[in-house]
Amino acid sequence: MRAPVTDLPIVLEDVSFSAGGVTILDRISLVLVAGSPTVLIGPNGAGKTTLLRLVMGLIAPTRGRVTWGGREQASPTHRAIVFQRPAMLRRSAAGNIRYALAAAGVPRARRAAHALALGALVGLTGLERRPARKLSGGEQQRLALARALAKEPQLLLLDEPTASLDPAATKAIEDVIRKVAASGIKVVMSTHDLGEAKRLAGEIVLVHRGHVIESGPADAFFSAPKTEEARRFTAGELLV
Amino acid sequence: MPGDVSALQLLLSGDPALLAIVRLSLIVSLSAVVFGGLIGVPFGAAVALTRFPGREAVIVILNALMGLPPVVVGLAVYLLLSRSGPLGSWGLLFTPQAMIVAQTVLIAPIIAALARQTVEDLWSEYRDELAAMDVGPLGRIATLIWDGRFSLVTALLAGFGRAAAEVGAVLIVGGNIDGFTRTMTTAIALETSKGDLPLAIGLGLVLIAIVVVVNAAAWGLRRAGERLAG
Repeated sequence: MRAPVTDLPIVLEDVSFSAGGVTILDRISLVLVAGSPTVLIGPNGAGKTTLLRLVMGLIAPTRGRVTWGGREQASPTHRAIVFQRPAMLRRSAAGNIRYALAAAGVPRARRAAHALALGALVGLTGLERRPARKLSGGEQQRLALARALAKEPQLLLLDEPTASLDPAATKAIEDVIRKVAASGIKVVMSTHDLGEAKRLAGEIVLVHRGHVIESGPADAFFSAPKTEEARRFTAGELLV
Repeated sequence: MPGDVSALQLLLSGDPALLAIVRLSLIVSLSAVVFGGLIGVPFGAAVALTRFPGREAVIVILNALMGLPPVVVGLAVYLLLSRSGPLGSWGLLFTPQAMIVAQTVLIAPIIAALARQTVEDLWSEYRDELAAMDVGPLGRIATLIWDGRFSLVTALLAGFGRAAAEVGAVLIVGGNIDGFTRTMTTAIALETSKGDLPLAIGLGLVLIAIVVVVNAAAWGLRRAGERLAG
């Protein structure tokens, strides 16, 4: 049985992040609540990845504060992230999942069976013994997803999970995301693919030049964008 | 050449003196690799993963120590282990143990410097994943050492090559005592100076063969491991 949600809602209050004298995120306020997937959209360099890292707690804001379930200090026990280019540990596919299970505190006796189940969930059955680094890009993304799910997160962050994948691999990943979201895990993902955002999002956050330009339910965002940037972005124009 | 024939005869006949020298050389150098690895790998990994004042200086010194002259190491260990030295009461001078100590001092920095580089490169790749998985400091070090094991074998091989080939340190702290502390390199130096070239050539051939075999075995191990683990 899933543990009670403790990290949601995640609240970003007037959050900024700067590095090397460059402001990457500028005074962002955002609330992420349980429910359907939230998709961060925006052009490359908008600040989506930095926003996901802040939400994960991998970096600290240079201004403002982030709280997880009302707490400012919360270890990422209930959160997981899949990076755009996930690093594959030098083990087999199953070895990667077992490692994540061990890191999540799953007893050794349960890891093998659990790893098989997670591998099956993401469609890697039959590939368990393959070296992770020799899997295709799509398979590596699915393995990274399985690894992230090993800690049974309440919140799953995905950074452009289908970037540079072909349509078949993209569909496979999106199917897993739907399954995960349907199981009650809150998914927050970034993409610059409008089609993907339409297919998966329950809520949209448009990020541009370090600012949240517009956010709200996906249907309303796509049918009646409130801002000029959102209108241009949904019309397929380039936001630069 | 007559010298070559005699050396070959010595090798093929399993000359006891030659075998004893080979055995001692292997024991000393492989022991030094084990101790050098036990010291150098964790130290190199710790330097790679931690940030502290003077870290850059430690890295520069570590890299510089890769070029430690064996005779200087031999002299330092000699001073430590001599009867009037701080560790003189241990009575290790002119024993194989003293030679192991000297070679460990010689190769630990080599292993540490190469291990640091290996672990640091891997860390830059794994940092985000391990942080996201909430893996603690000891777990990170263990993971990086395990996942970098094939590259770390190269560091150990470099240490072994250095230990097997050096003559200055073991000559000073071992004394080149016949049947007790005589190694292949000290024997080669001695026999050459005496003009007994067959034994010197025979030992030289064995030394080269051992280095080639050890490197080939490590290479094969690495390739097999990479095929299995990626």
